[in-house]
Amino acid sequence: MTYKTFSVEIDADGIALLTIDLPDASMNVWNGALIEEFAKWVDDFTTNDAVKGAVITSGKKSGFLAGADLTMLGGAKANSTKEAFDQAFALNALLRKMETGGQSAKDLSSGKVSAKPVACALNGLALGGGLELALACHYRVVIDHPKIQLGMPEVMVGLLPGGGGTQRTPRLIGLQNAAMMIIQGKALDPATAKAQGLVHDVVPAADLIAHAKAWVKANPKVTAPWDKKDFKFPGGAGAMDPRAVQLFVGLNAMAHKESKGNFDAIKAILSCLYEGSILPFDTALRVESKYFTKLLSGSQAKNMIRTLFINKQAAEKGAGRPAGVPPVEIKKVGVLGGGLMGSGITHVTVKGGMDVVVLDRSLEDANKAVNYSRKIIDKAVSRGKMTKEAGDAFMARITPTDNYDDLKDVDLIIEAVFERPDVKADVIKKAEAVIGPDVVFASNTSTLPITGLAKNSSRPELFVGLHFFSPVEKMPLLEIIPGALTGDRALAAAFDYNAKIKKTPIVVKDVRGFFTNRVFPPYMGEAMKLVTEGVKPALIENAAKALGMPIGPLALLDETTLQLGYDVMQSTKKELGDAYQPSGTEDFMELMVVTLGRKGRRFGSGFYDYDAKGERLSLWQGMAQHYPLAAEQPSVEEVKQRLLYIQLIATAQCFEEDVVKDPQSADLGAIFGWGFAPYTGGPMSYIDTVGLENFVRTADNLAQRFGSRFAPPKSFREMADKGETLYKAAA
Amino acid sequence: MTEAYIYDAVRSPRGKGRPDGALHEITPIDLASQVLAAIRDRNGLSGEEIEDVAFGCVSPVGEQGAVITRTAILAAGYPHTTSGIQVNRFCGSGLEASNIAAAKVKSGECDLAVGGGIESMSRVPMGSDGGAWPIDPRSAIANYFIPQGISADLIATKYGYSRDDVDAYAVESQKRAGRAWAEKRFARSILPIKDVIGEVVLDHDELMRPQTDMQSLGALAPAFQMMGTMMPGFDDIAIMRYPDVEKINHVHHAGNSSGIVDGSAAVLIGTKEAGEKYGLKARARIVSMASIGSEPAIMLTGPEFAAQKALARAGMNKGDIDVWELNEAFASVVLRFMEAMNIDHSDINVNGGAIAMGHPLGATGAMILGTVLDELERSGKSTALTTLCIGAGMGTATIIERVN
Repeated sequence: MTYKTFSVEIDADGIALLTIDLPDASMNVWNGALIEEFAKWVDDFTTNDAVKGAVITSGKKSGFLAGADLTMLGGAKANSTKEAFDQAFALNALLRKMETGGQSAKDLSSGKVSAKPVACALNGLALGGGLELALACHYRVVIDHPKIQLGMPEVMVGLLPGGGGTQRTPRLIGLQNAAMMIIQGKALDPATAKAQGLVHDVVPAADLIAHAKAWVKANPKVTAPWDKKDFKFPGGAGAMDPRAVQLFVGLNAMAHKESKGNFDAIKAILSCLYEGSILPFDTALRVESKYFTKLLSGSQAKNMIRTLFINKQAAEKGAGRPAGVPPVEIKKVGVLGGGLMGSGITHVTVKGGMDVVVLDRSLEDANKAVNYSRKIIDKAVSRGKMTKEAGDAFMARITPTDNYDDLKDVDLIIEAVFERPDVKADVIKKAEAVIGPDVVFASNTSTLPITGLAKNSSRPELFVGLHFFSPVEKMPLLEIIPGALTGDRALAAAFDYNAKIKKTPIVVKDVRGFFTNRVFPPYMGEAMKLVTEGVKPALIENAAKALGMPIGPLALLDETTLQLGYDVMQSTKKELGDAYQPSGTEDFMELMVVTLGRKGRRFGSGFYDYDAKGERLSLWQGMAQHYPLAAEQPSVEEVKQRLLYIQLIATAQCFEEDVVKDPQSADLGAIFGWGFAPYTGGPMSYIDTVGLENFVRTADNLAQRFGSRFAPPKSFREMADKGETLYKAAA
Repeated sequence: MTEAYIYDAVRSPRGKGRPDGALHEITPIDLASQVLAAIRDRNGLSGEEIEDVAFGCVSPVGEQGAVITRTAILAAGYPHTTSGIQVNRFCGSGLEASNIAAAKVKSGECDLAVGGGIESMSRVPMGSDGGAWPIDPRSAIANYFIPQGISADLIATKYGYSRDDVDAYAVESQKRAGRAWAEKRFARSILPIKDVIGEVVLDHDELMRPQTDMQSLGALAPAFQMMGTMMPGFDDIAIMRYPDVEKINHVHHAGNSSGIVDGSAAVLIGTKEAGEKYGLKARARIVSMASIGSEPAIMLTGPEFAAQKALARAGMNKGDIDVWELNEAFASVVLRFMEAMNIDHSDINVNGGAIAMGHPLGATGAMILGTVLDELERSGKSTALTTLCIGAGMGTATIIERVN
């Protein structure tokens, strides 16, 4: 028989070598075609006496198999729960048949029958369904490369490993190790996988197939450990095993507090581990598929797959890049300004494989960027994450200078100097005087419109905005801002640069604050308003965290400093004059920053008190003297709703005004820009999930109770009236 | 409906619930059967008159498993006609078992029944029976499971009880228990426990430390801080459920929480007619009984609601109760109850409680029902309300009235 998705060669010993090699794909994944053909092969393998055993490997250099094709999963349709279950169970049934050789668990455990041996020769990464295929084999050997990832990252997109991963993993490496691996979605390297018992051996690449075949030859009759009568769950399992009891009490609590109970997938994984570990293996697999079916039919997995996988990948591959512009080669980047942002940009640029000339007014100032990277690299070297040589090579790529002439051969300029138009104008002029005629000039401004800054440029078509977030090496989003005159080449260069530093890019319109800084201030403002209304600050912080925000808004204000908020407010006031629209937090900011001097963590105090080292102690009790606590506190649901809707409305407003041109960008920007609850798939996905009509009704209600800042944008009301959805409307 | 009367109450002394505790060598069956034999014998009964026995037991596994009540009845030499049931309402089990006995009497099912409980915590450790509540992820997460100690600290935090407040309460409990023993206030109920050769192994509550003061308690480290703030970090879950709390104030420790002990108790309950028939003198009438469920994460605030329900069922109000008895699971539980019900400390737990003498889980409810009955008789007062906080958020309460 011949197959399209893999080849099968049978050697003189009767051992089949099955090499998975999906046509026209850079990476193997479980898609419809592979599942169908693999099922045929398993049927043939279990019945064909001429074949004595098998070795499964991959024909791709990119690795073994990277999991399920998520676009297939996201698009799965079922007419009934039963049908959905059958679809979910297909892969489980298939792998189980290979494992048992088609024999029943009862016969296997009696020792009367056995299965034909199947070894998995892991030539590279095995993720999700790829690792699950390996786990269903009787033997696993992996090549000894420390960068190879063996993991189950399904949780990241709201799913669970539904190909037996939640059952075979704990039976091999114990419930605790399995839980860590599956709930956190973190991959193991081959050495760790062997130490834990997930794989049997680690060998040099050249020996891989021979090693696997030798095992098959030496073990003609096999039974999976859990099908043997004397199987003992490593580390214990079951509701009466004190070790398992203690483990689950702790696991449940840790998962609950980390996820705030918001992630359906985490709960489902825990239940698969708990319930499955008590059940016979075949029943356990069915239970796993049932939980998988539940997740797949819920909104979280759909939203997370769409935003966190499909749209994120598309954005990172340059979906927004102008077509037809040849790749802009960037080997050397000039970074203007050695401050916090310039330092971070320097670091990620070098990390992306480019050289950096970092320029500031003095060599001393420019050296700040060198020291910034030095600190990070030294830490990595001391922790063994990087060799000393690699660290030295990294540092050697950074050239600090105070001389503009050193910029003459750079391929891209990124300026991150002080946010003052005159300062920016000065560096634009000086840099353009020395750089090549077609070198793109990018400005990392967070407040000044690009079109305005481009007026200082002699070639505005090569001028573009690149808005990084702080700390640059940690924050995943990059806002790319074309000004009115920005040309395709500049935009293409922005994407080509981003492809190297591997941020998630979104294109946003050139308006004050761009996208994320349009939404973030109203959110912070709402938190401050709640304080001034006498709502307990702890309730505000905990409500935000319950929503899924990574940190409470008041703690965040302390981090970014109230001083900064106050300065931005003052400068906006000054610039806009009569056109300034008060946010309602002016008096509060004045009190905190000017009167009380509680300007943020860096200044020693803010909403919280801090110790001398800057460690957060507890909320400042004195707030109640200025804003007495309301006798009747709102419910946590009400506070959550206000903090959520203020972000939804501001995002919707940006969408209406074309600041972000599609819901995809809005969702990516929200999650990766300011940490909007990722399990929702982003604000636009959230609105679609609750329904536009519901969204408009809730917003209207909030507007009536708390003010017009909650009023839904007109276009959203219209879409709601027409029964539209954001994602379809945009498609 | 038929009235139910308490004719007698007997309890064992409480032995330290550890391998070096005086009752550790006594099997749970033996401990329960000595109490059952005593309540039969000192009332001149043969055992046949007692139709049913309900005993609380919170860890009914191992040698406390397989309906320990029935095995204990047989061990006590009752005729095989007396049936037995084992009841589990966590810490409220002993009182619930008494209430079940009373309900059987009131409903006409039995003329004479025994309620009570047994827990040999030194032999069958707390938690031996496992349970889905904290370990099944679906239950643990949906109910914001946190251990009781964290719940007790949450109560202290939410209602503002400082370490000094809870310690002061504990010191007073020790002082009152010491006085009660010195004045032999428990004499009528205490049954010295004997070994297989008939020698007394324990005749007093073994755990008490009447000399306890603020200074000695002050030296103890908070017991639940580690699991609250570090591994696995239950405080965050408490705060998720009670989001107006910023940080949990960990105030409880071994000295202001109930002690782990072995013990058993029995209460004889019957109709008026049964008392007359067997020549028994009624000591109190069961006025009303109630059980409630309350929010399971904070868990231990149930007594106030159980008490209010029992009062309402009796058509009484707070002022009609002379003596209050609330199991001292944790100091904050009693402080919260006093505050919520506006009860003066001098009217509650007047002879100390579980902080000083220990809390044999399945038996405590029946023990403190007997304690409060003794106190009514000693003080010449009339009415008492007994209640306990209960795991997973419940409360059980019983109001009695002295009848002679």
